[in-house]
Amino acid sequence: MFNLRLDKISLGYGDRTVLKNISLEVEPRQMVGIIGPNGCGKSTLIKGITRLISWRSGNIFADGKSIARLSRSDLARLIAVVPQNAFLPDLFTAFEVVLMGRTPHLGYFRYESHKDITITKRAMEVTQTIALAERRIGELSGGEKQRVTIARALAQEPKVILLDEPTAHLDINYQIEILDLVRNLCQERGLVTIIALHDLNLAAQYCGRLILLHKGRVYRQGTPQEVIDAQTIKEVYGAQVMVCPHPINELPATFVVPGGLTRTKEEVKPIG
Amino acid sequence: MALSLFKSLMIPKTASVYPLKWRNRLYALVALVFLSVIIIVLASSIGSTQVPFSTVWGILLDRLPLVNLNPARESVTETIVADIRLPRVILASLVGAALAVAGATYQGLFRNPLADPYLIGVAQGAALGATIGFLLPLRVTSLEVVPVFAFCGALLAVAIVYSIARVGKTLPITTLILAGVALGAFLASITSYLIIASGDRLHGIISWLLGRFSLSNWGQVTAVTPYILMGVAVIWLYARPLNIIQLDEEQAQQLGIDVERVKLMLLVAATLITAAAVSFCGTIGFVGIIVPHAIRLLWGPDYRFLLPLSTFAGAILLVLADTTARTILAPAEIPVGVITAFLGAPFFLYLLRQKKRAIF
Repeated sequence: MFNLRLDKISLGYGDRTVLKNISLEVEPRQMVGIIGPNGCGKSTLIKGITRLISWRSGNIFADGKSIARLSRSDLARLIAVVPQNAFLPDLFTAFEVVLMGRTPHLGYFRYESHKDITITKRAMEVTQTIALAERRIGELSGGEKQRVTIARALAQEPKVILLDEPTAHLDINYQIEILDLVRNLCQERGLVTIIALHDLNLAAQYCGRLILLHKGRVYRQGTPQEVIDAQTIKEVYGAQVMVCPHPINELPATFVVPGGLTRTKEEVKPIG
Repeated sequence: MALSLFKSLMIPKTASVYPLKWRNRLYALVALVFLSVIIIVLASSIGSTQVPFSTVWGILLDRLPLVNLNPARESVTETIVADIRLPRVILASLVGAALAVAGATYQGLFRNPLADPYLIGVAQGAALGATIGFLLPLRVTSLEVVPVFAFCGALLAVAIVYSIARVGKTLPITTLILAGVALGAFLASITSYLIIASGDRLHGIISWLLGRFSLSNWGQVTAVTPYILMGVAVIWLYARPLNIIQLDEEQAQQLGIDVERVKLMLLVAATLITAAAVSFCGTIGFVGIIVPHAIRLLWGPDYRFLLPLSTFAGAILLVLADTTARTILAPAEIPVGVITAFLGAPFFLYLLRQKKRAIF
């Protein structure tokens, strides 16, 4: 079976190492959530997997083969990314943006065939953006833009999809809509899905497996029950919280406690 | 590559599945191509000696191989049209096309609506080169020396800007623009000093700086055509990568585009056609910034249509402007740069008024 394996990968910017020796193996139909405090390296990890940041050490394997030397378009046929707050140019129509997902299958100079148009339209149907096809990006809401970005990732027909905070700045109805969509796609299309989330409750509800990053390492990983508990949250975030079982499905639900900071601000620095 | 260029102009077999907008854009392109041919012929018939429209067609068709209309025509008329007006009109259309395409490219590459072909030092480099050409002691050849100096000055300026802005293997766009603006100011200050110190040759320099086609001939057309055709063809080919870069560089990379390679190719091509365009006729303003914006407002931002449409619209605008420049105060001539802004700006403001949504 296809899988994505990170083998002791280290990432950083300039002199600063952000992530050290991260190892991880993800299989299709599994939604893996990356959680951790701001600056813990969630986005860095996603950029590292698509080689936007070159690796300090380690390797990443897709289906047992290293992705280190794949061309940009080979990599894009394998891995699609839904970036955090992806910028989309206002004047393009939603259809034109989703069609851009076909780029890695076309190269620079070939033009879209009937097949590409069909795949694009299907990606828009699945994400329920087909009604927006002829609308300009500038006329869409944040949630609609996010679905267009996901449709574009689907049009890439990838084996792996990486999502960086897809629910950031969205209202709660859009949060549910987006994550339901991602979960369905992950299951139905058999995608390897890695999703960075900062909301612990959403992460616990949607991800079968969680990776908690802290101080540049995997601090804890496993099922939501294994990862999210009051003691761990206190250690990692320096915040006093209550964790109770969700009334419907027993998954851990985190409740904030006002005034419950256990560290002073100076101590809560991103690692350097 | 040639095939895909050709395909980009054809109505695809599966046109029915494409959005309606695409077909409208194709019709617009066909219309602009026809219009530019008609404008070129019309412009060749207008001037101090009026030549009937049909006669100009006859003269032009006669020049084609295998066509021999052999009518009774005065050879003076033929000389005026074919050797004086036509090269001028053709040169104006080439320059207009080049500036519009280069402007569209820079706007896309820099994701900046204020970008024009002269943003990263081309104009100031060309101006300094031309000024030095004018001031060289070898006065007899100044007409031939000036374009070469202008062309080299433009390329040299961009090469300096590029090497300053480059960081390792990447080219940060903001650094590129700032380096271009700074170097441009430096070169412009030298040019200003030279102009002040130039004395009696002031008029020639100023008239070059404002843009003019009055000295056009077939030699000039032959000299600039290869650069402009090649550069425009390369840019047309890179239309789709240019679309993807409109997202941002990280997303473009994640969609499989080698962003640094695309930036370099487009930068070289756009700089080359701008340098070729300004070398003979000076730095004509406004065409490069306004034509792509007008096309974007009318037919959308897709570079696969925006670039060809801008090519022909740029040609049309500059031919119209130059024809106006040489006829309105005939026999005196107005610098063509004055006319491009005078004709183009009101039209553009009208478009802005019509479409009140986002424009870039």
